[in-house]
Parts: sequence; structure tokens; C-alpha cells
Amino acid sequence: MTVLDIDRVSKTYGAGADAVTAIDEISFTAEPGELLCIVGPSGCGKTTLLRCVSGLMAPTTGTVHLDDRPVTAPPRAMAPVFQDYSRSLLPWMNIHDNVTLPLKAARLPKAEREALAGDALASVGLGSQGRKYPWQLSGGMQQRAAIARALAYQPEILLLDEPFASVDAQTRADLEDLLLQVWDRTRLTVLLVTHDIDEAVYLADRILVLSPAPTRIRKTITVDLPRPRHQITTKELPEFAHLRASVFALIKSADRDDPPTDDV
Amino acid sequence: MTRSRLGRLVLPLVLPAALIALWWWTSSSSTTFFFPPLSRIVKSLEDDWLFEQVGTDLVPSLTRFTVGYVLAVASGISLGVLIGLAPRVRRASLPVIEFLRSIPPPLMLPFVLVVIGIGDNSKIALIVLGAVWPVLLNTVDGVRGVDPLMLDVARSFGLGRATRIRRVMLPAASPKIVAGMRTALSIGLILMIISEMVASSNGLGFRVLSAQRSFDSPGTYAGVIVIGVVGLVVNFGFLVVEARIMRWHRGARRVEM
Repeated sequence: MTVLDIDRVSKTYGAGADAVTAIDEISFTAEPGELLCIVGPSGCGKTTLLRCVSGLMAPTTGTVHLDDRPVTAPPRAMAPVFQDYSRSLLPWMNIHDNVTLPLKAARLPKAEREALAGDALASVGLGSQGRKYPWQLSGGMQQRAAIARALAYQPEILLLDEPFASVDAQTRADLEDLLLQVWDRTRLTVLLVTHDIDEAVYLADRILVLSPAPTRIRKTITVDLPRPRHQITTKELPEFAHLRASVFALIKSADRDDPPTDDV
Repeated sequence: MTRSRLGRLVLPLVLPAALIALWWWTSSSSTTFFFPPLSRIVKSLEDDWLFEQVGTDLVPSLTRFTVGYVLAVASGISLGVLIGLAPRVRRASLPVIEFLRSIPPPLMLPFVLVVIGIGDNSKIALIVLGAVWPVLLNTVDGVRGVDPLMLDVARSFGLGRATRIRRVMLPAASPKIVAGMRTALSIGLILMIISEMVASSNGLGFRVLSAQRSFDSPGTYAGVIVIGVVGLVVNFGFLVVEARIMRWHRGARRVEM
């Protein structure tokens, strides 16, 4: 059973001689509860791909299916977390209201909204910070709030676009572990786009390595490192180093002009 | 109260007090008709504006101003959202807007008087015609400038169109809208006075003009002082309300810098 089915999705910007193909016939599927990381060289169509998957943008060709239903607009069962927390949280609302706004729009009763927001904020360690405004919190805490908003929405799939790229290294490690904890408890399907190879290997069940534009899937790598993972012990494993090196080699060789190998 | 807070409250009063004292002193022995002693102006203020003409002139003026201003803000914001959201509507309406807003509003007065008549409605209409433009144009600007990422977030989380406008676009555009509202405030006050100088039987503008026509020099000054105080109070009131409503904006900006 697959929860998410991406079938030969392409996106071309412009037309005629000026047309630029950002992503080229990308296909993959996600199983329920799977943590899938998408890694690619900078400038490849990672964000375009995620926008197509999330229904924010229609692919030029190809289809996206969520639970066997075609995605044509952002579906109720997906919740996004963006890289730029300072722009994705609404600065005129406090954290609590940021988290409950989507629930209000979904017409959930107040008691349920409050319960969901309370749980979500507690689960990211912001239980007592609901009355604060985003700009009163540190970057890491703002991103926790953005994760809480996504969790309270009760999606089946969490879409994260470079979620930890704008915070410092220590906070980044904390947030990675927070994501693993949340994932372990909720067993959501997680699709995470990153340019950080270590992060992808540390978090993922499977890694999709992309090629430069026009972007294709270069290779899919299964990560069978033991769980629960740990920032120190997991990263000391020889398998970790090996996986890291092979992903790195794929991205490096993707910089050159050799033909991509689509063995999905 | 701490010393610095006391200082911050007192400081804005020092210069006005000094100017009033200077005026009092230089005018005290004046015999020129056009420059009456301040004491006579104060006497005229007491006689006419405490509180006889408050009910007959000040209240009607402020009522017309308030109605006109609220209408200008409401129509400016709603039309601005409409135009800001629809590029085609914007392209189609921009020449007309630029034409209309280039006409000095006082010039519209004869036209408004003919079309609407000489009652309160024509005065309100003139205030709206002048004050609507800064609100309208700033709203268009603000709506167009909303961060696309915020709109992505709103769509991803299933916010409907109405909720997106009300909870995301308008707050995001509000710093610009509020700036437009502040400009509109001054324009509205000016047009309030001007509208009362033609075909009128009460109001601040009417009072000043009739004092001047009856060679009541202290009364003219008194009326001008009342107009100045009204402007001062209205603008300060606006700043206080703005500081409360836009607290998030100041906070967020402080963090960015």
C-alpha cells in the first residue's frame, strides 16, 4: 500500500525556446509511516518538486496521487513546514493562534482546537509559550512552533522543505531529534527535502538523490541504520560513514555531465 | 514614575509653552488690528468656544469628518483589496484612479454641491473624494506586496479565500494601509474645513470665515486655534491607537534590525 504516488511528474517553466525544465519525469512512492529524504545539489528543482507534490503548483505533465486520489490543490492530509520560519509564521498572531488558525479554517470545534494545539505545542516543548509572538522566540523555537502547527493539523503526510537550514548547528541537531521523536510517536509519513547529506542519512528510511536540473532521480538509497538513532552513536557507525560517502559521491558525480542512472 | 518617563512626558510641552509665552509677550501691547493681544484671543476662545459653539459648530464638523473618514477608509480598503488581487482590474482602473486623484479635491466642491446639494452629504462626499486615495493606493500596494510564502502557507493549510484575505492579506498589508490612513487623516481634516467655507451654516470652517468677514480678528484667531487643537488631538489619538494595533509590527521589525 502506498500513501503517496508521484508518477512521471515534470515541470517546465516558460514556453518555446525559453522553456526551462526544472524537473523531468520524477517518479517515486512513499509507504505509510515512511521517512523519505530528498537530497540534491543546490539549484536542482527540490522546491519545485515539493510544490508539485503539495498541490501548490500543477505539474506540466505527470500526476500526484494521495491515497489514490489525484492531488490538484493542497490536500487536507498534508501539512508543510518551510525553511523560512520567520515568514511562514504569521507575526501578527501569537504562537497559539498560529497553530489554531488552520483548525479554525477546518471548522473544528473550539474544545478540539484547544486540545490539539495544546498537545502539539507540548510535544515540541513549547507548552508554556503559546501566548508569545513568533518574533519573541529564537529561530529554533519558531521552527518548533511551525512543526507544532503542522502536527496540530493532523495530517497523514508531513512535508518539510529544508526545515533546519536556517538555524545553527546545535539547534539543528536538536530539531532533527525532535522530528524523529515526533515521527516515532505519530508514525506520520514524512517527506523531507534537504541539501545536507548527513541530515538525510541520519533521518531517512530511504533517500532519493536528485541530479542537477533538469532534475531526475539519480538513485534511491535505502538506509537501514538501526533505530532509535542517536546524534553521536549513529554517526559513529561505519555504515553511516559509508552511506554518507555514497550519497556524496552521487551528488558530486551529478555535477559532471555523465548520464543519470535511474534505477529506482 | 521614573525620571526619564517624566522627562518624556514633559519634553513635548516645553516648546509649545515657550511659543505661547513668546506670543503673549510680543502681542500684549499690540494695537494692530491684524495682530491682537493673545489675551483678547483667549477671551474670545472662552466666550465662544467654552462651550457655546462646541455643540453648534465643533460637533457637526467632527461628525461630518468622522463619517467621511470612515467611509473613505472602508471604501479605500475594500476597493484596494479588489484591485490589488486582480491584475486586470488594476490595469483597467489605474488611469482613472490617477486622473481622479490628480484633481485637487477643493476643485470638486462646486461639482459636488451641484450634484449632491448643500447639506451634510456634500461635505462628507468631499472628504471621501479627497481622503480615499492614499488608503486605496496603499492598500493596493500592500496587498500586492504580501509575502508569497505566507500565501503558500495559507493555501497549504486549507484557508479559504475569505479567511486568507481577512487573516493573512489584510494584516500583512496593514502597515501600508495604516500609513495611508494617516495621510488620509490630514487630508480629511483639511477638506472638513474647506467644505464648510462654501455654502455652509455651521462648522469650524464656517466660524472662522464668518469671524474674518465680520472683522472679528480675535475670533478668527480663536477659530484657527481650535482647528489646530482638533488636528493635534485627532492625530495623537490616531498614533495611540496605531501603537496598540500595530504592536506586532514594531516588535517584528525590531527583531529584524
